[in-house]
Amino acid sequence: MPIRLRVEGLSAKRGEDLIFHDISFIVAAGEALIVTGPNGSGKSTLLRVLAGLLVPESGVVRLDDTTADISHPRELCHYLGHRNAMKRELTVEENLSFWKSFMGDSVGGSGIGLEEATEALGLGGISHLPFGYLSAGQQRRMAMAKLLVAYRPVWILDEPTAALDAAADRLFAGLVERHLGAGGIVIAATHQPLGVAARELRMTGFTGVCEGAES
Amino acid sequence: MAKHSGGTRMISLFLRDLKLSMRAGGGALIGVLFFMTVVAVVPFAVGPDLNLLSRIGPAILWIGALLASLLGLDRLFQAEREDGSLDLMLMQETPLVLTVLVKCLAHWTATGLPLVIAAPLLGLFMNMNEVAIGATMLTLLVGTPAITFIGATGAAVAVTLPRGGLLVSILVLPLAIPVLIFGVSAAYAAVQDPAPFLPPLLILIAITLFFAVIGPLAAALALRSASD
Repeated sequence: MPIRLRVEGLSAKRGEDLIFHDISFIVAAGEALIVTGPNGSGKSTLLRVLAGLLVPESGVVRLDDTTADISHPRELCHYLGHRNAMKRELTVEENLSFWKSFMGDSVGGSGIGLEEATEALGLGGISHLPFGYLSAGQQRRMAMAKLLVAYRPVWILDEPTAALDAAADRLFAGLVERHLGAGGIVIAATHQPLGVAARELRMTGFTGVCEGAES
Repeated sequence: MAKHSGGTRMISLFLRDLKLSMRAGGGALIGVLFFMTVVAVVPFAVGPDLNLLSRIGPAILWIGALLASLLGLDRLFQAEREDGSLDLMLMQETPLVLTVLVKCLAHWTATGLPLVIAAPLLGLFMNMNEVAIGATMLTLLVGTPAITFIGATGAAVAVTLPRGGLLVSILVLPLAIPVLIFGVSAAYAAVQDPAPFLPPLLILIAITLFFAVIGPLAAALALRSASD
C-alpha cells in the first residue's frame, strides 16, 4: 500500500524565536520534496521536526496508509544530517554492518548487502579502511550507504550532496530516483539541484513560506 | 521487522560499543590505569605500616574504583551526539531505555570489569589477606554497575555541554555514596568478625538493581529532551 507523508500546520521554535509557521504539505509515495531557501531560513529545523528529533510548537507530522505498526513516523524515516553518524575508529564495514543490524528493515522492503551498497556509491573495495581515513567526500558517500543497507520508506536528507563531486552527484541522483521508483519518499534540503524531478518548498525565513510549483 | 529481533539489534550495539572502547581513544584502559595509579601511591603516602594498610585496603580500593568508574562516563552519549549517531538512535523503534541500558552494560564491561579483575593485584599492594581481597572483588563486581547506571543519567543530562566531564562527576557523586558505603561495609564485614557480611552485600545488590531500572529511564528521558 503506498504511503503518504502529511504535514499540517507545522511551526517550530528555536529558543524563543519562531523559525517557521504553519507549513502544510503532502508528499505521496514516489514523490520528492526539495526544501530550499537562504541560510537560516529553517530548512534544517524543518527536517529535524519531520525526523521527530525536535518537538514542533504546533502541527502534526503523519504517515498515512502505512501497514506498519509504529508509534511515530520517525521510525519509518532515514535521517542523513550534517553529521555522518559513523565512527572514525571503526572500519567502514563495521560501521555499516552495525547500522544494518541495529536499524533493521521497515515493513515493505529490505536493505541490500554491504558490498552491494558500497559498490552502488562507487566506493567498492575500500570498506576495510577505518572511516576516519577517508576523505570528506568519501565519508559522505559511505554515510549515504546507510540509506541502502537498512530499508526505510522515507528519506530525510539535509544537504546530502554538500561535499560531493559532479560524478557522485549523478550517482546519488540515481539512487534517489531508484528509491522514488520503488514507492519511497524523499525530502531533501539542498542548495544545488538534486537532479531528480521534485516539488519545491521554498523557505523564506520568518517573512512567510510559500509552496512553489513543480520545477 | 520480522528479520531482526530486538535481541540482534542490542547485541550488535553491545559489540560495537565494546569494540569502540578497545580502539584508540576508547578509554577502556584509561580507567584501570587510573585505578592502579591511585591505589599504588597510597602505600607510599601512608608509609610501611602493614597493619594500617591492610585495615584501609578495602576502602582505598573502593575509592579508587569509584573515581575510575566516573572517568570517561561523560563520553557515553557525548561521542554519539558529536558524530550524529545519537539522532539515529533516538529515531528507532527500539525503546530508547533499552538502547541506554545496553550502552551502560557495554560501558561497564569495558571499564568496570577490568577494575574488578585488577583489584586482587592492588589488594596485594595494600597487604590485604585473601578473604578481604575476595570480598572486595565481589562487592566491586556487584557494586560498580550501579555507578555506571547512575553516571549514565548524569552523562545524559550533560550531553550538550562541551566540558561536561567534571559536572557529570559532581552530579553523580552524591547518588554514588550509598554504593560506596555498602560496598565498603560489606568488604569489611568479611574480615571483621562480629559484623554480618550478607546484609550489606544484599543491600548493595538491591541498589544496583534499583539503579539498573531508574538510571536508563532517567537517561532516556534526559536524552529525549536534550535533542536540538
